[in-house]
Amino acid sequence: MHVPDGFINAPVSLAAGATAAAALAISLRGARRESAAGPATALGPHPESTAPLAGLLAAFVFATQMLNFPVAAGTSGHLLGGALAAILVGPFTGVLCVSVVLLTQSLLFADGGLTALGVNIVLMGVVTVAVAYGVFRALLAVLPRARRSVTAASFAAALISVPASAAAFTLLHAVGGTTDVPTGTVLAAMTGVHTLIGVGEAVITALTVGAVLAVRPDLVHGARGLAPALKLRVGGRLVDATTVTAPGPAASASSSASSSAVSSRRVRLAGLAAALVLAGGVSFYASASPDGLEKVAADHGIDAKVRDHPAAGSPLADYGVADLTDPRLSVGLAGVIGVGATAALGIGLFHLTTRNRRRRRHRRRRPARAPETP
Amino acid sequence: MGGAHRSHHRPGHSPVHTLPAHCKLVAVLCFVLAVACTPRTALWAFGLYALLLAAVAALARVPPGLLARRLLIGVPFTAFALLLPFVVPGEHTTVLGLPLSVPGLWGAWNILAKATLGVTASLLLAATTEPRALLLGLQRLGLPAQLTQIASFMLRYGEVVTDELRRMSVARGSRGFEARGVRQWGVLAKTAGALFIRSYERGERVHLAMASRGYTGSPPALDHPAATRTQWAYAAVLPAAAFTVCLLGVTL
Repeated sequence: MHVPDGFINAPVSLAAGATAAAALAISLRGARRESAAGPATALGPHPESTAPLAGLLAAFVFATQMLNFPVAAGTSGHLLGGALAAILVGPFTGVLCVSVVLLTQSLLFADGGLTALGVNIVLMGVVTVAVAYGVFRALLAVLPRARRSVTAASFAAALISVPASAAAFTLLHAVGGTTDVPTGTVLAAMTGVHTLIGVGEAVITALTVGAVLAVRPDLVHGARGLAPALKLRVGGRLVDATTVTAPGPAASASSSASSSAVSSRRVRLAGLAAALVLAGGVSFYASASPDGLEKVAADHGIDAKVRDHPAAGSPLADYGVADLTDPRLSVGLAGVIGVGATAALGIGLFHLTTRNRRRRRHRRRRPARAPETP
Repeated sequence: MGGAHRSHHRPGHSPVHTLPAHCKLVAVLCFVLAVACTPRTALWAFGLYALLLAAVAALARVPPGLLARRLLIGVPFTAFALLLPFVVPGEHTTVLGLPLSVPGLWGAWNILAKATLGVTASLLLAATTEPRALLLGLQRLGLPAQLTQIASFMLRYGEVVTDELRRMSVARGSRGFEARGVRQWGVLAKTAGALFIRSYERGERVHLAMASRGYTGSPPALDHPAATRTQWAYAAVLPAAAFTVCLLGVTL
């Protein structure tokens, strides 16, 4: 996975380095907020605990990459850890952990080139974590509030984050690659191979998140809103403990997700499931008759582009398909990934707009009250 | 996997070892940049770069066996480079009956040569510099102190966490567990989960222990003398030579 020196030309490498520096600066600020809002230590939330905690978690990411998962006779793979870090410790601390691991690997172990360090941080730290966390959050917004949804969402997040990182590599390669491989071939080979890797990553990530959830659900950053709000019996009535002590962000989040939200959640879930079934299942069978697909393409004049596709007939393209063993499976998988990415984007936008609207309505209703500090 | 992740540091007292870490960092970075900017058709330039690195290795008394062993560990991208002659379109030439594309061959050479030189330079840096000194050097060069702290915590506890993983593996093995295939992933993932919880809790303990000793977010600064002009001059020899070669390669 590590990009070595000489793969991406110097200007693009430097630009990626600047991007990585900016992302790290943002993450440092965000990580301080995440550790301040984290599960209370014996001392209470402390922003200066960022360094020891993130350091230990970076050591954890580093160590898990040594845990070998046997695939079949002789071969084994290991976790990349971007999605896992994002879900377990939050996106900003996740970016920091993965980037620090990459930095030390490049400096002390000569894994990945020094000039390519920025490229590696952008691809494996920033893109993987951002995509994984985006997909994860978007899925949690539609899935029912249960422990199983967190596991399922982490599966999807890890599954999509790895090919997304490969696609980002293709983009960098198209802009500043030193080789003359056609972009289509790179895209086909990279996403083909990395979709497979993503499946393994997804299984391991989901299993690991599930294992942590079973023991210490409070440590999983992605499952923070999951625990039912603590209730206190005050004068015979159940009252939210958080409203009694101090109004925090958790209180408003849990109250907004009351019974009225359940029905709309069910509708959204059904829609997503239908889309996934159509994309994964139907395209799985549709591609059994490639003539039909080609006919559609010919009718719409798409095949002119397809015939020019540089990936066609190249051994790398064959490699990607051959590795997936079943072309129908690969098409189905691609469909599921496409729906996942689109749904994540759409739900994210939807969430942003509705939140703004809700906030505006909220403000209009209570204009006299000063804004709460979280 | 485990072999690739052991530190390559070889303590010593050679002139390369005694240079301040930040001088060496700048030197290596400039060297690798010069290599990356060299046109691939200047074959002799890459030979000169290799000679420069060999001179540094000899000066630092780094055993060539160490470098060779590390270089042999295949990077996945090497496979990508070796595929290039078969996939790049363009004019073809026949080698041993195989049709190979000429631009593809150039691309493969470009990647292999530059990646090998880059890895060798990084290895020399890692072999002659203490890991902690490298991180302090990075901080001196402007890396945010918080990031250096995270990295040094990672270095300090990396061995501890890895040992924890090893103990868990011994415990699994002594109970008859053998990871044979995908069916065992559940157990291995539980290991990873347990490792996360233990790392997190250790992080909390470390933080509490540090807080009780007066830690407020930054470790006490140790005084490290700045590099003298002579040291900078010594460190600049390698990148200066490399830039000269690069310029010659571009113009010739």
